[in-house]
Amino acid sequence: MKKKGLYQIKDPDKKVKEYTLSVLTEDKAGLLNSITIILNRRKINIDSLNVSTTEVKGVSRFTIVVSSTKEKIIKVVNHINKLIDVLGAFLYEEDEIYYQEIALYKLSTKIFLKGDLVEKIIIRKYGAKILKIEKDHTIIQKTGTKAGTQKLYDELKKFGEILEFARSGRVALSKKKRKTINFLRTLEKTKSNKLNI
Amino acid sequence: MKEITGSEALIKSLIEEDVNTIFGYPGGAIMPIYDSLYSYLDKIKHILTRHEQGAIHAAQGYSRVSGKVGVCFATSGPGATNLITGIADAQIDSTPLVCITGQVPSQLLGTDAFQESDVIGISMPVTKWNYQITNANEIADIISRAFYIAKSGRPGPVLIDITKDAQFSNVSFNYKKCDKIRSYHPYPIIKKTKIKEAAKIINNSKKPLILVGQGILLSKAENELLQLSEKTGIPVASTLLGLSAISCHHKNYVGYLGMHGNYGPNLKTNEADLLIAIGMRFDDRVTGDTTKYGINAKVIHIEIDPSEIDKIIKTDVAINADAKEAILNLIPHLKKNHHENWINEFRTCDKVEYEKIIDKEINVVEDKILMADVINRISNLTKGKSIVVTDVGQNQMVTSRYYKFSESNSNITSGGLGTMGFALPASLGAKIGQPKREVIAIIGDGGIQMTIQELATISQYNIKVKILILNNNFLGMVRQWQELFFDNRYSFTEMKNPNFNIIADGYGIKNNKVENKNDLDKCLKEFINYDGSYLLNVVVEKEENVFPMVPSGESVSNIRLE
Ligand SMILES: Cc1ncc(C[n+]2csc(CCOP(=O)(O)OP(=O)(O)O)c2C)c(N)n1
Repeated sequence: MKKKGLYQIKDPDKKVKEYTLSVLTEDKAGLLNSITIILNRRKINIDSLNVSTTEVKGVSRFTIVVSSTKEKIIKVVNHINKLIDVLGAFLYEEDEIYYQEIALYKLSTKIFLKGDLVEKIIIRKYGAKILKIEKDHTIIQKTGTKAGTQKLYDELKKFGEILEFARSGRVALSKKKRKTINFLRTLEKTKSNKLNI
Repeated sequence: MKEITGSEALIKSLIEEDVNTIFGYPGGAIMPIYDSLYSYLDKIKHILTRHEQGAIHAAQGYSRVSGKVGVCFATSGPGATNLITGIADAQIDSTPLVCITGQVPSQLLGTDAFQESDVIGISMPVTKWNYQITNANEIADIISRAFYIAKSGRPGPVLIDITKDAQFSNVSFNYKKCDKIRSYHPYPIIKKTKIKEAAKIINNSKKPLILVGQGILLSKAENELLQLSEKTGIPVASTLLGLSAISCHHKNYVGYLGMHGNYGPNLKTNEADLLIAIGMRFDDRVTGDTTKYGINAKVIHIEIDPSEIDKIIKTDVAINADAKEAILNLIPHLKKNHHENWINEFRTCDKVEYEKIIDKEINVVEDKILMADVINRISNLTKGKSIVVTDVGQNQMVTSRYYKFSESNSNITSGGLGTMGFALPASLGAKIGQPKREVIAIIGDGGIQMTIQELATISQYNIKVKILILNNNFLGMVRQWQELFFDNRYSFTEMKNPNFNIIADGYGIKNNKVENKNDLDKCLKEFINYDGSYLLNVVVEKEENVFPMVPSGESVSNIRLE
């Protein structure tokens, strides 16, 4: 695992693709701003963003999904890595991570009175679940990829109006076997803090 | 332990960091700090500039000549926002600074209190690190971090904002110097494989060229650079900020790179088969069109900041390391060599440049005063040994071309940001940083008016800087572009200037004016030899152009001699 490592651009690839940045940081205020400033400077739009704690106390994880060319995003990652409170920024393509998003759908409860079709679709076909049923509205929850939650959205729309819809940012973990704490230990051990002349 | 106030803790922290000079300007939100400073004047000198921009540029000049961290103070709101230009300048030119700003009391944060501005938010994109202290207990730790971050690795500016309540409240003071932050690794570990790869390419190259930037000066690698160049015989060219890293008189030095650089090094960039870039970042003013840059060359990039590698120019071998360490590691793997024929090609270019440009500029027969002539004379008079602080524009480019630096750390200029108004305050800071050396500020008639109030600071503290105005009555560099690329349409570049000599009189600074070429030598001599601050207003040709020139966005091969 490399901290402040150097992503080198092999062949400049101009194709715009979806990339997931996973940034481990110290739990410090203002970092979100520092990171988005770097993305904004290069006019990279954030598709989704999630900040959460990790299994290590005091360490946060930013998961940022962007569309960009490889060349541009590598420069951005190198720049993010330079932020003093960033422990390590990692760049992933889709096949290098496990990832999920969660979506909530608020529907009128009336729709469910029309028979069990909706329930069948929701529960069996899409693996969604009913989170809450109130007199006037019902909340459905589904985790999955953006495409998956979107599909359910389109399907539900056929049954009636969706009152409100919200989708979370992506959360992602790399497919490699690794432990954050080991990564931190290597960081703490490296001697690169001192100039060895 | 006896408790002291947060503001006293701040001053004591600065003393722990060996700070002996602060440039600043007081105001409401930083008054407790100024009050504490007043008790420590035996240990710390404070220079009251006349504008916060002056304070920060002075701190930059001080830092660049002394290698120390520059420190400045400003109050909240307008005081803090006035620092921003200097912070951006220090960030892009890698100058270590610690800026301390006062802030409104913490309970008023976010309320649009009097003189509140979100200086943390504003300065975030232009600082290496910033932090707001709201609790006096944090002061010692944060200040030690600030200094460590500012000066280590690729240096840069740090801003610390301290709320007034934190300045007032009591703490017990306990200082420990920071030497490690787990998320920050300023000195990369050298990869031996990269050194070997680079050495192999260097040993096999026929037309190699070393490009040096400020990284050489920042890592104090001047001697190592000489060893590298002398052992291998490889010619050395310099960027604007790299000037003075190697003596302009060295046999392997082939000149200054970039838009108004020398003919040889620009042209030969595209004939070289290897570019060895050390501590430079391929600014667009150096590369021109990057698709037509170094077209025959492999590229080795020695650079401490990993985000600079491959940012502009794709490397064949990247050595992510401190310049000095990298060169020291590299030298034993390099074969003794010489490249006389290749260096002679540069000398042939030098002849062309001399005949087409330099000769006409420094050996003018008519009674015209040309900027180049003035700088050439100053260079001769001072034997290239002065610290030269330039502003931005033609004055800067001409000085970079004609001042023949013979000592290291002698060229102070605003390179990356190109901040007009930089030179006057930076020069006073430079003089304080190196009081024994001659400091000459070279400024256009436009730029001097951006920070002219600092003549008062120079006068009050009797700072013995020499101030040379190259007075062409124009925003000369912009006018040159208008002439060459905008059909002579001089849109808002001509000025009705004040009488600079009366202004200098007003500030009590000795001064003189030169209008006749016959007086030039005599006046320059008096100017240089005078023991004290001196402003010399030299009226130069109004419409002189700086050549050679690589037109913006074109290939370095298209360098124009006229
Ligand atoms: C703060 C700032 N504003 C504008 C510019 C754009 N600019 C670059 S050079 C120049 C002209 C400078 O004129 P002067 O100071 O008279 O110097 P000269 O070029 O005549 O030597 C201007 C306006 C700048 N670099 N900095």
